[in-house]
Amino acid sequence: MRQVMTGNYASAYGAKLSRAEVIAAYPITPQTSIVEKLAELVSTGELKAKFISVESEHSAMAACISASIVGARTYTATSSHGLTLMHEVLMWASGARLPIVITNVSRAMAPPWSVWADHMDSIAQRDTGWLQFFCSSNQEVLDTTIMAYKICESRNVMLPAMVIEDAFILSHTSEPVDMPEQEAVDSFLPSFSPELKVEIGKPMGFGSLVKPDQYMEFRYKAMLAMKAARERILRVEKEFKQVFGREYGGLLENYRCDDAEVVLVAAGSTAATAKDVVDSLREKGQKVGLARLRVFRPFPHEEFRALASKVAGIAVLDRSYTFGVSGAFFTEIKGSIYDCPKRPAMKNYIAGLGGRDITPKILEKIFDDIQLFVKRREETDVEWVDVAGLPRRWH
Amino acid sequence: MIEVRFHGRGGQGVVIASEVLAKAAFKMGFEVSSFPFFGVERRGAPVTAYARIDKNPIRIKSSIYEPDYIVVLDSTLLKGVDLLEGLKPGGKVLINYPDDKTLPEISDRFQYYTLDATAIAATHGIGSKMTPIVNTAIMGGFAKMSDWVSIEAMLEIIREVAPVKKDENVEAAREAYERTREVAV
Repeated sequence: MRQVMTGNYASAYGAKLSRAEVIAAYPITPQTSIVEKLAELVSTGELKAKFISVESEHSAMAACISASIVGARTYTATSSHGLTLMHEVLMWASGARLPIVITNVSRAMAPPWSVWADHMDSIAQRDTGWLQFFCSSNQEVLDTTIMAYKICESRNVMLPAMVIEDAFILSHTSEPVDMPEQEAVDSFLPSFSPELKVEIGKPMGFGSLVKPDQYMEFRYKAMLAMKAARERILRVEKEFKQVFGREYGGLLENYRCDDAEVVLVAAGSTAATAKDVVDSLREKGQKVGLARLRVFRPFPHEEFRALASKVAGIAVLDRSYTFGVSGAFFTEIKGSIYDCPKRPAMKNYIAGLGGRDITPKILEKIFDDIQLFVKRREETDVEWVDVAGLPRRWH
Repeated sequence: MIEVRFHGRGGQGVVIASEVLAKAAFKMGFEVSSFPFFGVERRGAPVTAYARIDKNPIRIKSSIYEPDYIVVLDSTLLKGVDLLEGLKPGGKVLINYPDDKTLPEISDRFQYYTLDATAIAATHGIGSKMTPIVNTAIMGGFAKMSDWVSIEAMLEIIREVAPVKKDENVEAAREAYERTREVAV
């Protein structure tokens, strides 16, 4: 049934419908209402799970790791500094091959202090070995949480996943969400039964010391698992569509890209606004499209290579910045298409840091700019959008 | 698309007011989206919230700069920044304002409505006497001001979302609906 709910409640109900068995979390703005809702669902008995209040995010992930090792389906949620405090144990979760699902309400890193939307916290975890899904609507947040368990728990993947929703823009926005029936979710998502788990009377070690003659084999297998995740994501989405009738476009959703001359790459809530902008520019006769980066890990190399062969220009919007380089999406997309026979012009736009609003007007200007850039490449290919003191006007 | 902006202070239920509007409109078959602009939440600080209502699914996720409606839950905010900034010509403003006082400044570009939501909420015992929670009363007034959301839908949602004193909240909204008046310009 469709009902109006926030992105945070969509996350909480995603975990509930997935029948998470152990939830360990520490509250942080703007994730708090996820944890509050789940604590309430557990206390009323609506969700049969163990809720563990912990003293930090590091401990939250440590508790999830332990619970996952004994074969429980586990969930946690956090944001910004909470996620970066987890960094060490995020590595532990993926290295131990535990299919934990976390919601990260993506928020800026301090200082200066900010509680608003920004992807820096998530991007900073790109090397931790977690799958990363960027969501554009509350419906997608709920659906992706359910799909993430099915993707991650499959035998050839067994890696953890991060479901990312933008701070406030999704987390605290109320919009209609179709809440699936528990029975339908149960038939789609079987219970978690890992091949290996610690049991009473059946002791086992996870994460023991290995000597140099074995370490690389573990890493190699994790690499293969991340590769396998790609096919698994596509297949699970197909199955999801069969049961629930919704789909999200795989790893890189192409929106009106078929005959596009230039495309914008964006992730998260910005991509939703960008669809409206693409539609209005199309009505004016401009051949523009949107490539929504939905999955950042595993990175959609093949999709970007296919896109590169079709378009003259790619504008990449990063809601984060890697100092000394550029936006992370920009660098990785460039790397992906380096040896393509046809390489489009590419420009990076840094926008929306610390929750600064990314308006339709700004996106229109980015489309204007990339069309000019294709014809006459400028010296700089990284531009900061809507920053005080810079010559270009964005409003 | 209809766009609405709410102004109030922390503790008055500004964000819930925007959610009540979205849920009532959704009940009537509209697509909706509502969202707050949160500073760091604290009692008494200015809070802004927003709502979008449309016949088609709403994808846009950026903020609202040119609303069709503005709702002011706390009239002391009128002395500060320009609360009506960006309001479309012909736009409607609903202000929680004592019945026996005249609005300080009004422009003939907009339509104004007032109701004493503070007194109504206090009479019905919603919140404390010193700081009544005015959001349910103000939303009764909104149903009067707009011609697309019904008081019935609004009351139904208020009953659904009010955590306590459901009857009192519904009655406050009903009374506010009756007592909301358009201000002659």
